[in-house]
Amino acid sequence: MTFIAPAADSAPAAAFAADGSTKIAVRSLDFFYGESKALKNINIDLAERTVTAFIGPSGCGKSTLLRVLNRMYDLYPGQRAEGEVLLDGKNILGPKQDLNLLRARVGMVFQKPTPFPMSIYDNIAFGIRLYENLPKSEMDGRVEAALKGAALWNEVKDKLDASGLSLSGGQQQRLCIARTVAIKPEVILFDEPCSALDPISTAKVEELIDELKERYTIAIVTHNMQQAGRVSDYTAFMYLGELVEFGETTRLFTAPRQQRTQDYITGRFG
Amino acid sequence: MSEHIVKAYDKELGALGRRIAEMGGIAEKMINDAMDALSGLDAELARATVATDPRLDALQREVEELAIMTIARRQPLAVDLREIVGAIRVAGDLERVGDLAKNIAKRAIKIGAEPQLTRATVGLRHMQEIASQQMKDVLDAYAARNVERAREVWARDAELDALDDSVFRDLLTFMMEDPRNISFCTHLLFCSKNIERIGDHATNIAETVHYIVTGETMPIERPRNAPGA
Amino acid sequence: MNPIYLARRRRDLLVRALCWAAAIFGIVWLGLILFSLFWNGLAGLRPSVFVEMTPPPGAAEGGLANAIAGSLIMTGLGVAIGAPLGLFAGTWLAEYGRHDRLATVIRFINDILLSAPSIIIGLFVYGFIVVPMGGFSGLAGALALAVIVIPVVVRTTENMLLLVPNSLREAAAALGMPASLVIRRVAYRAARAGIVTGVLLATARVAGETAPLLFTALSNQFWSLDVTSTMANLPVTINNFVQSPYAFWKQLAWTGALLITLAVLGLNVVARLIGERKGK
Repeated sequence: MTFIAPAADSAPAAAFAADGSTKIAVRSLDFFYGESKALKNINIDLAERTVTAFIGPSGCGKSTLLRVLNRMYDLYPGQRAEGEVLLDGKNILGPKQDLNLLRARVGMVFQKPTPFPMSIYDNIAFGIRLYENLPKSEMDGRVEAALKGAALWNEVKDKLDASGLSLSGGQQQRLCIARTVAIKPEVILFDEPCSALDPISTAKVEELIDELKERYTIAIVTHNMQQAGRVSDYTAFMYLGELVEFGETTRLFTAPRQQRTQDYITGRFG
Repeated sequence: MSEHIVKAYDKELGALGRRIAEMGGIAEKMINDAMDALSGLDAELARATVATDPRLDALQREVEELAIMTIARRQPLAVDLREIVGAIRVAGDLERVGDLAKNIAKRAIKIGAEPQLTRATVGLRHMQEIASQQMKDVLDAYAARNVERAREVWARDAELDALDDSVFRDLLTFMMEDPRNISFCTHLLFCSKNIERIGDHATNIAETVHYIVTGETMPIERPRNAPGA
Repeated sequence: MNPIYLARRRRDLLVRALCWAAAIFGIVWLGLILFSLFWNGLAGLRPSVFVEMTPPPGAAEGGLANAIAGSLIMTGLGVAIGAPLGLFAGTWLAEYGRHDRLATVIRFINDILLSAPSIIIGLFVYGFIVVPMGGFSGLAGALALAVIVIPVVVRTTENMLLLVPNSLREAAAALGMPASLVIRRVAYRAARAGIVTGVLLATARVAGETAPLLFTALSNQFWSLDVTSTMANLPVTINNFVQSPYAFWKQLAWTGALLITLAVLGLNVVARLIGERKGK
């Protein structure tokens, strides 16, 4: 017996609603770790100023897909992507793409908080100095704005010279978000940003994501389905390197169209 | 449907289903008994029917508590979420059906003192038969998660509405024929309204079945032959 | 009680006893060495050791000033030449050549160099520097020491950089930082304590080397800061004096040995302190 309604649209990308323009369009994307194929013919659109969550079991390729969007995989030889990823209509997978400029536009926050081994102030200022030469006073303002943007200012304003490593895990993660926001990207990728955080810190990060989507296009990979449900507008379910289903989060979590999505989100995966 | 990785989850959903099934059985029996008591002027049966209602109420509360506990513990999604929300709704409908049947039974007790007009209850009996069939079908559809059967029940409710209108006209005629019938017929008028509402609850359950299975709600307007009285 | 568990407990006791015995055996010799150094060397430790030159044969007056200065110069020069080279090579191995087959070859060669007997390095420098330049020199000695420093620093630098989590590099790269900047500003900073420790340990290692200096810097009985000519140094002086028939020379040799040991000990303690501070 099946509880699944007949699929109205089997092409996942078509599930995309017409509110807001496409910021990132992934077209026929294949990804390889050496010989093994980790992503198979992915097609998906990320809408501007929305949060798109990627869920799926470990090894389904959701993090891999995220790491294609800022070409993080380029750090490692033997990893390659085929197909197209269009950022504002321009393919970023081409050999002529300047990776550093791309990563300035597409920021990333990682699973483990990764503050640099320097002061809280420098953690933020460091990224800004890569792109702008600011006098001290202006830099102070930018650092403060970034920390406020990450809801961290009140907690660290009296100890900006302290090492970034001296903060708690949740604060470190917000510092990393502040660092990413400080260089004014257009897209922010979150790779399981809360998996090492307690529920309160998680709630703070989620609140932050909610605020950030006013200005940025956000993609988030998470193992926590409730989190995907809480923070995202759209959700993509991936399995074994394929995009199984993509649609509005509320719809996908109440009435998924694919049996595999249903089995996964209801905890029936064998 | 395959099982959950967490077996206790399946047990909780199973417990929910069993209570709904029990409620369905009780509600069906109450409708039949109430109507039997009405047409047979059996005050004993009528009192027994009224006495069943608290059991139904208690079961409804149990369903709600179980559902809330499951939501809190499991954070159900997709079909599980719809199942649980559906169970709450169906339990609510069944509890209301019980109340309506109880009301008919109470009127059966009162009518015992009034002058009798047996032909007046014939139309009512017919209504009740259809309503009972609707209840039976929709509960079967719920148990089997069968959208087609649920949809049939949903469409068939128009029949009951039409019958309600004709019973209304008949009773009106009886009352005009002989004013001594007025009190008795007024009671029957309420009973017909109750049965019509039982039919409405059956369609509610049909809509819930549709939602549980497909994840989509049915259109708000359901086919009607006549404007609601 | 369970016989398997009892047997395991007996074996555990036996192994523990053996470990204790081995540790005590080793420490006893170390203690004896230190003891004899202090016993024999402390007697000759007077201010004159630091200001007077090495004495001629038979003299009863003199110190080790020229040898100490020579050792400091050559060790400093050797580390100044070797450490940066090792640092760069280690950085290449850990950061750029990580997936390069050449790196495997270089790492292998470096390991051989690391364990090469220092006298061979002395001979190498003798053949390639001393002979073509037509004479022993402090510079040749420093170069020989540098050749010993390089593989040590390469190894520690590489290891320390490999300990820097990749997530940190990715985080830096994710801000749009070019690789060179990621290494200089982030990886070095994270590995700083370890790398400094490595350089200090390399310094300690060469401070006591005798063999590579025998054929390169030789020795010199007089005060000389000229790196192009022969240069006095503690290890070779100790080597020469201890073999002599003169009691005063023997005394000076013991004192020199004590000085080297104290210097090496000091460097090790500093290295350990830096390492510990990093751990916090």
